[in-house]
Amino acid sequence: MSILVNKNTKLVIQGITGRDGKFHTGKMKEYGTNIVAGVSPGKEGLILDGVPVFNSVAAAVKATGANTSIIFVPAPFAADAILEASEAGIELVVAISEGLPIQDMIRITPILKMNGTLLIGPNCPGLITPDEALVGILPANIFKKGNIGFISRSGTLTYEVVNLLTLNDFGQTTCVGIGGDPVAGLYFIDLLQRFEDDPETIAVVVIGEIGGDAEEQAAQFIADKMTKPVVAFIAGQTAPPGKRMGHAGAIISSGSGTAAEKIAAFNKAGVPVAKEPNEIPELLRQKLKK
Amino acid sequence: MKIHEYQARQLFRKYEIPVPEDVLCYTVSEVEKAARDLNRMVVVKAQVLVGGRGKAGGVKLARNVDEAVSAAKQILGMDIKGFKVEKVLVADAVDITKEYYVGLINDRNTKTVTLMVSSEGGVEIEEVAKTNPEKIIKFHINPLTGLLDYQARDIALQLFSDIKVAQKAASIFKKLYKLYVETDATIAEINPLVLTPDNEVLAIDGKMNFDDNALFRQPEILAMREPDEDELVEIDAHNKGLSYIRLDGNIGCMVNGAGLAMATMDMIKLYGGEPANFLDIGGSSSPQKVIDAMNILLNDKHVKAVMINIFGGITRCDDVAKGLIKAMEVISTDIPIVVRLSGTNAAEGLELLKQTNLPTVSSMSEAAQKAIELSRL
Repeated sequence: MSILVNKNTKLVIQGITGRDGKFHTGKMKEYGTNIVAGVSPGKEGLILDGVPVFNSVAAAVKATGANTSIIFVPAPFAADAILEASEAGIELVVAISEGLPIQDMIRITPILKMNGTLLIGPNCPGLITPDEALVGILPANIFKKGNIGFISRSGTLTYEVVNLLTLNDFGQTTCVGIGGDPVAGLYFIDLLQRFEDDPETIAVVVIGEIGGDAEEQAAQFIADKMTKPVVAFIAGQTAPPGKRMGHAGAIISSGSGTAAEKIAAFNKAGVPVAKEPNEIPELLRQKLKK
Repeated sequence: MKIHEYQARQLFRKYEIPVPEDVLCYTVSEVEKAARDLNRMVVVKAQVLVGGRGKAGGVKLARNVDEAVSAAKQILGMDIKGFKVEKVLVADAVDITKEYYVGLINDRNTKTVTLMVSSEGGVEIEEVAKTNPEKIIKFHINPLTGLLDYQARDIALQLFSDIKVAQKAASIFKKLYKLYVETDATIAEINPLVLTPDNEVLAIDGKMNFDDNALFRQPEILAMREPDEDELVEIDAHNKGLSYIRLDGNIGCMVNGAGLAMATMDMIKLYGGEPANFLDIGGSSSPQKVIDAMNILLNDKHVKAVMINIFGGITRCDDVAKGLIKAMEVISTDIPIVVRLSGTNAAEGLELLKQTNLPTVSSMSEAAQKAIELSRL
């Protein structure tokens, strides 16, 4: 088992003819992801890497039964692409695009809700269910099938930690990069619930960072609703207030959103927080022994 | 992106939010002329991109031209939290019956623009949130309808009992929302919004920040940008595809990815060092980017050692190594550099680095410890 993506995923790639879209289509295909279609307006009829290209998501869905989409189109057009996928009946949209205006995200949120579309991202590395499906830009070779669920706001920090998990023989059910934007799709709580419900996941690793209070909410959710152990790491303990640390959402504003508050919330919920990424495998081991 | 109060007032006027008359001045003689022209009690206000001006003595009331001149002499050139005051706003000082707070923000949890109002105006809203949270009224605006007339009126009626006054305030809420959405703002504050003895409702101070991701479609806002020295370096880095923020320490770091870059700073601190910066070179790793990044790091005179931490995913370690080799050819420096390469093509990258004298390590904690050690030599 896994969450969100698996062998039954039928993926359509929006922006398949762009530089990034093309490159990662190859990588995802190589991993064995079931890619059924690509979308690039004006390029219908083209076959790229064995993948048929359509003018619209609706046409792609009609012809192939695609149920999941990944978006590589540039930020100014990404909100439109997300809505196009949602209106075409795609169930899960993964937006890799970085730099979406916040107002665009706010405007599309109620429409996604009405259509029942799940969104991951934007500004995220996507997700992977090892040995089944890669829907994103994560480097596939560091992942390994197993029983740990993984949720992170960051990209490369995810790779750092997953690599440590794999080296320590902690394989993963599904790893999800939820992205670094202040207004985004599925967040910690939504995914913790899914991992709690997934019979194969035995523990979850959460990688948070400064900005907002999603980690505090996750801590509360873990304390109230979760039976499975959770281990956390928070990046940005040394970040100065008022500065955007690369990710649009990673900012301490008016003294809130600090790493210290998030660590305190997790500790209160019985979630150990690693001082450095290296400690995560050992914390997991201790939690699973109990 | 931040703008000054005088710029926020310009935007308010454009959206027909009532603001008292004012004049922007750069010199004492300009202040004298402005005070004479306004010909009544004025406020002289420092224009700096940082909060807490009032407490720092950057806002002074002047009853006549002489007082305005003496206020200008004190304020122009003063230092407020590291920001030098280069200009002041001379504004009509209106009579105030009561002060209120009005603000709009993007709320991450409800994913809406949220209107906050309070009868506790003129103080920082964060203070009110701590001491009197029940005094803040919050309203999450549906993005599909915007702020509707009856909603704005209902909220205003919670602050003002007189319906005529409430309607004036409601109209300001709606105009501020329109301004907020149309300019891709991330904060729009009127603090305070004031009620005058003749029942006028006016904005006498304004603060606005904007979404950096939306500046591509906001040329008018972008033209208002007045970056300080640190921001100039940050903007220059941004134009080169780098994300850089200067900090106070002495260990420079170059990392791929924002989360890993933050974790790297944290780790330097954990092992007893102080990071000199946040620097994310992003996803791709062209040699030019590495050269640009090294130049920025080594231009910071405080840097005593550099830690390069790369976890190759999409970024290929051999590309980073090639960039580093090129960078070392064009940049001559005595500052020690520690390199950690892991992930995609790490072995190839490390092999390439053998031709340099750069010490390499395999984990980020080793890299941090080594960089700290070298910084102390």
